[in-house]
Amino acid sequence: MNLDSNIPSGPLEKKWESRRFDLKLVNPANKRKYNIIVVGTGLAGGSAAATLGELGYNVKAFCHNDSPRRAHSIAAQGGINAAKNYQGDGDSVFRLFYDTIKGGDFRAREANVYRLAEVSTNIIDQCVAQGVPFAREYGGYLANRSFGGAQVSRTFYARGQTGQQLLLGCYQALSRQVASGQVKMYPRTEMLDIVVVDGHARGIITRNLVTGKIERHAADAVVLATGGYGNVFYLSTNAKNCNVTAAFRAYKRGAAFANPCYTQIHPTCIPVSGDYQSKLTLMSESLRNDGRIWVPKKQGDTRAPGDIPESERDYYLERKYPSFGNLAPRDVASRAAKEACDDGRGVGPGGLGVYLDFADSIARLGEDAIRQRYGNLFHMYAKITGEDPYKSPMRIYPAVHYTMGGLWVDYHLMTNVPGLYAIGEANFSDHGANRLGASALMQGLADGYFVLPYTISDYLASQKPGSVDDQHAAFDACETDVRERVAKLLDINGKRTVDSFHRELGKIIWDECGMARNKAGLKQALQKIPALREEFWENVCVPGGTGETFNQSLEKAGRVADFMEFGEMMCRDALVREESCGGHLREEHQTADGEAKRDDENFCHATAWEFQGVDKAPKEHREPLEFENVELAVRSYK
Amino acid sequence: MRVTLHVWRQNGPDDKGQIVRYPLDDVSEHMSFLEMLDVLNETLIESGDEPVAFDHDCREGICGACSLMINGVAHGPQAGTTACQLHMRSFKDGDEIYIEPWRAKAFPVIKDLVVDRSAFDRIISAGGYVSVNTGSAQDANLVPIGKDDADEAFDYATCIGCGACVASCKNASAMLFVGAKFSHLEKLPQGQVEADRRATAMVEQMDIEGFGNCTNQYECQAVCPKEIKVDAIARLNRAFSRSTVKNG
Repeated sequence: MNLDSNIPSGPLEKKWESRRFDLKLVNPANKRKYNIIVVGTGLAGGSAAATLGELGYNVKAFCHNDSPRRAHSIAAQGGINAAKNYQGDGDSVFRLFYDTIKGGDFRAREANVYRLAEVSTNIIDQCVAQGVPFAREYGGYLANRSFGGAQVSRTFYARGQTGQQLLLGCYQALSRQVASGQVKMYPRTEMLDIVVVDGHARGIITRNLVTGKIERHAADAVVLATGGYGNVFYLSTNAKNCNVTAAFRAYKRGAAFANPCYTQIHPTCIPVSGDYQSKLTLMSESLRNDGRIWVPKKQGDTRAPGDIPESERDYYLERKYPSFGNLAPRDVASRAAKEACDDGRGVGPGGLGVYLDFADSIARLGEDAIRQRYGNLFHMYAKITGEDPYKSPMRIYPAVHYTMGGLWVDYHLMTNVPGLYAIGEANFSDHGANRLGASALMQGLADGYFVLPYTISDYLASQKPGSVDDQHAAFDACETDVRERVAKLLDINGKRTVDSFHRELGKIIWDECGMARNKAGLKQALQKIPALREEFWENVCVPGGTGETFNQSLEKAGRVADFMEFGEMMCRDALVREESCGGHLREEHQTADGEAKRDDENFCHATAWEFQGVDKAPKEHREPLEFENVELAVRSYK
Repeated sequence: MRVTLHVWRQNGPDDKGQIVRYPLDDVSEHMSFLEMLDVLNETLIESGDEPVAFDHDCREGICGACSLMINGVAHGPQAGTTACQLHMRSFKDGDEIYIEPWRAKAFPVIKDLVVDRSAFDRIISAGGYVSVNTGSAQDANLVPIGKDDADEAFDYATCIGCGACVASCKNASAMLFVGAKFSHLEKLPQGQVEADRRATAMVEQMDIEGFGNCTNQYECQAVCPKEIKVDAIARLNRAFSRSTVKNG
């Protein structure tokens, strides 16, 4: 397997510029001869499809929602980072690069991350031009706030709905291309397989979710922008329909999947309230600008928060990490919450919660100022819990939020399958073992607006347009596979619902491959998951008769079937990484005070897995990570 | 608690459809409304029936997928709240709850509670954007925008495209939806350049899709989960008249 990262030579700050000059171009008159498929139309896919359309390519864009405006990017709350240094507080491209590399615990590629920091500034310009209503100061200039893992204020925001506003900007740009005919949009359509001809990606097989019709689409290149795999845990902050299917199908057709064990557990989510719970809700990291996290000093303290005097509270982040305090990065803050709860000092039902307290900020700034900054988040919290966070502190607990792992891609964002690209959360490239807050929106839009549209021309220029049509034998074979799988799911007629399998899988993964992992637990998960998968294929119940109709149970079943295989790969990845880094904490590898202990000598690499068959272990490959511009250091926020 | 659901079941676009009664025991007040439907669906599947189809995704009130008419009110009894954020503590033991899809000519039913809202996408495609290509933007701080204008633009921009405004309007008018997008862009200098053209194009498309006209009942404002004000409609009407006068 060829895992050449294709990083340009030369100094870090010149790499992207020189590569852009070296990339082959497709001349404007020829662009319309090329067809590009974009699967997923959130921030990454939507921005890519819009930009490719503007450039003159023929684009077919697909999403499983009824409209691109509903992609899960919409739920991102806090903000988007950019190295604008509008605050004059010492920010720079290099500092954003450095913070991101360090935040990722030195497990991402230098060159990719530097490029991300470089184009971050263009994103803000582009979004403002589209009419994204970012927060502003009275003078009319853009406002910023701080996020975890940074000591500068570089996060641009639109109240607590930044993802929504950026996605709508991108959806509108996409809609403009749909109107011009340059992009053909296929909503309520799910990609079920990818067609590879002579080693190149040449199309996809889809299912129309309304009619159930299986269809073929041929193209000169395929871009996957299908998001992350957080829903393998069943309970996560992801939207209910987020899934790994497209990326996993690509993996089964030869694309390497990198670092699946790197998952981000977000420290501030609303705790689980019962067995019926269907998803978890995030409370934005931005709240930690003004909220203070604490638990009682005493174990089993059941007094109401207001009755616990200051001297009997443990503001544990401020205590343990005085220089970053409540703005410690996510993995660190989550682990500290778990530690406090494991120590019997958690609050609320079951002791699985910590306080996020705004009393001091409300006293200092007034309730109005807090409402202005976080009104919609407080409102959301009150609705879900029935408690008023202006009066008593929020109760929060970590939950699965984002996945740093994804399809392996090179510097051009191309997978090891030529012609197949992966962008946004679907790839593994920029966040290493932990993502910093407000960097997901940045990466999605960087990939879609400013990276892929350049790099894809280099590939297309070497390809004859329309070399394969959808009558090729490879499409026949692929379509047959898809049909057989759909029929098989519908034929099982077992006793258990899809959701009950999904919950059980999620619990295994959360227990053994969640906030802390160890060898014995992971080995156990590797026994349990295949057994559960076997039961799934014998005993799942997917009602609805034929597949040729609107059938939400069938959609879910296909996705859970993939999670059943994917979850195993995740645990395997966590097992072989015998070190702790970022969101991956192996209990065997920690310092005396519970911090992650990296092993740079043996694990300074990305692990990329190659599919060998459903019941066979995948083959492990390694891409060494080389650091020429930063020194590998112990990641300290103390 | 126990509730009795009366749910609209319709097998497909051509099916006539009917209300079906489902008693449900053991409902927790902490469940969201959609989690309560999940529980119903699990029992339906286990007893060999088809689950109730309904649109949902983020379940935190921002994607706009959920679209339930609950006891005759779009998104149910709580103001400023989508159905997915509604919790069963808003109901009481013994309640009868009627659940129906959005009903409008421009939103045909696909199945049960799922409707086709692609008309909204076509309206945005007609002009709900700023015509700017990627890469052609100037520095973001070059044009200062007053905080009040930016905040007001934001208030209009919070529309989630759920369609509650249409569902609650006796004319099935989409004026609040169109007005919100129009006003968001018109409040900002970047959006003013093509404002008149935008007003005309979006209103034309709205008519083509079969939405009705606005007769100032303000039902839309009352149910809007993002509490968007009908001022948006006035702004749109003003621009529409202006461009009609200008362009004849």
